[in-house]
Amino acid sequence: MKVQINSALCQGHGRCYDLAPSLFGEDDEGYGRVLGDGTVPPGQEEDGRLAVANCPEYAVQLLEEG
Amino acid sequence: MAADDRFARGAGEPGEEEPSGTRSEIIAGPVSDWATDFSHLEPEWSADPYTIQDDLRQRCPIARTERFGGAWLPTRYEDIAAIAYDTERFSSRSIILSNFRSAQELAPIGGSPPISSDPPFHHDARKLLLPAFTKKAVERQEPATRAFCHSLIDSFEGRSVVDAAAEYAQHIPVRVIADMLGFPPEDGPQFREFVEDLLEGINLPPDDRVERVSRLFNYLLAQVHDHLDKPRDDLTTYLIDAELYGRKLDPSHVSGTMALLLIAGIDTTWSAIGASLWHLATTPGDLERLVADPGLLASAVEEFLRAYAPVTMARLVKRDMHWHGVDMKAEDWILLSFPAANRDPAQFDRASEVVIDRQVNRHAAFGLGIHRCVGSHLARMELRVALEVWLERIPAFTLDNLGAVTWSAGQIRGPRTLPLRIA
Repeated sequence: MKVQINSALCQGHGRCYDLAPSLFGEDDEGYGRVLGDGTVPPGQEEDGRLAVANCPEYAVQLLEEG
Repeated sequence: MAADDRFARGAGEPGEEEPSGTRSEIIAGPVSDWATDFSHLEPEWSADPYTIQDDLRQRCPIARTERFGGAWLPTRYEDIAAIAYDTERFSSRSIILSNFRSAQELAPIGGSPPISSDPPFHHDARKLLLPAFTKKAVERQEPATRAFCHSLIDSFEGRSVVDAAAEYAQHIPVRVIADMLGFPPEDGPQFREFVEDLLEGINLPPDDRVERVSRLFNYLLAQVHDHLDKPRDDLTTYLIDAELYGRKLDPSHVSGTMALLLIAGIDTTWSAIGASLWHLATTPGDLERLVADPGLLASAVEEFLRAYAPVTMARLVKRDMHWHGVDMKAEDWILLSFPAANRDPAQFDRASEVVIDRQVNRHAAFGLGIHRCVGSHLARMELRVALEVWLERIPAFTLDNLGAVTWSAGQIRGPRTLPLRIA
């Protein structure tokens, strides 16, 4: 499972890095960014889903693999 | 250093001259039908806008009023989001719905950039502010905010009833924004007057409005001069020194942004803190759950923001058009109710219920699209800390007198009198 942010939609609400700080961070202007390559380590899938489910701009996406 | 003559006395001080724009007839008094004559300034709306909005969403999802020179009120999430995203057809030139539309020439900057700005200027004006309001940047305010909340509760020592709106919620954002702008903390009571003047005195006679607005800008100009004399590490000095397109900001941009930061940061957060305490005082089950499990506070804060979103914005229609079933005219107002969006059952499960452990919550309390509240991280920090400290110090409290609770009028909604029994 991987997470990604559509930066054309992100407005810096920060819900992703509030809810899943091990998967997302903020840049110098508060926009969300994916940490590393976005691969969700085992056990953190729920955090990834929460970040997706709480983005007001629908900017956070989850790519289920396989 | 050469004197900064942008702010010389009499050099086109904003608010000093008669503002240019269009005035409409002031129409106040009881609403005949909310679908055709709505007004967010009437007491029925202040007391309970949700019942009105829920009813309109069913029978007339884009309501109309001839008050304010003509305005529309969409209540579906879908329509509110579409307007927030559509900066081509809806302008932010005036974001406080009133009987005065600022001159069209003010676009795309507006009187208080970036909230009053449209693209492309909006992006550049907003970029200046963003670094000061990131989650990381506002964390620096947290220890002082927490200490201040404790000091407010210390002052309740020996009392059994306190006004949580006037004696707690109100003071927190006032102190925080005064610190950030570098204004004297003892000026706080004046800020409350500025807020009321701008946001609640909507139906006052025009001359009164002009005078009240100039009172605010005279105060801001005095602060600018104080900072020119004694520059320091705060947002006022930052704005005075900031550059856009290779030169310092216009003086009206500096004072307009200072006005925005002062006004927008105060009664919004005050309202959110007050409404959350009101909910807990009137919903003992949620209070008990939160006290027993403080880990729920993060989702509870988001749910309070959804259910009691304090902020409604406004837009102006740019040109005549048929839009989602209604005929809009250029210069019609839109009352952009994020609170109504947040209670649309088509967007939220159990929309009218407060569910403090709600897991899916894409609420629009801080707006949607390019105008997302620049202070949202600060507001969230203040709301969380204010509730943490209150619940830690006063885990049991009830509403003392339901009839004594009052709510603000206008686009920002929250309790202004909230008597709580704390012992």
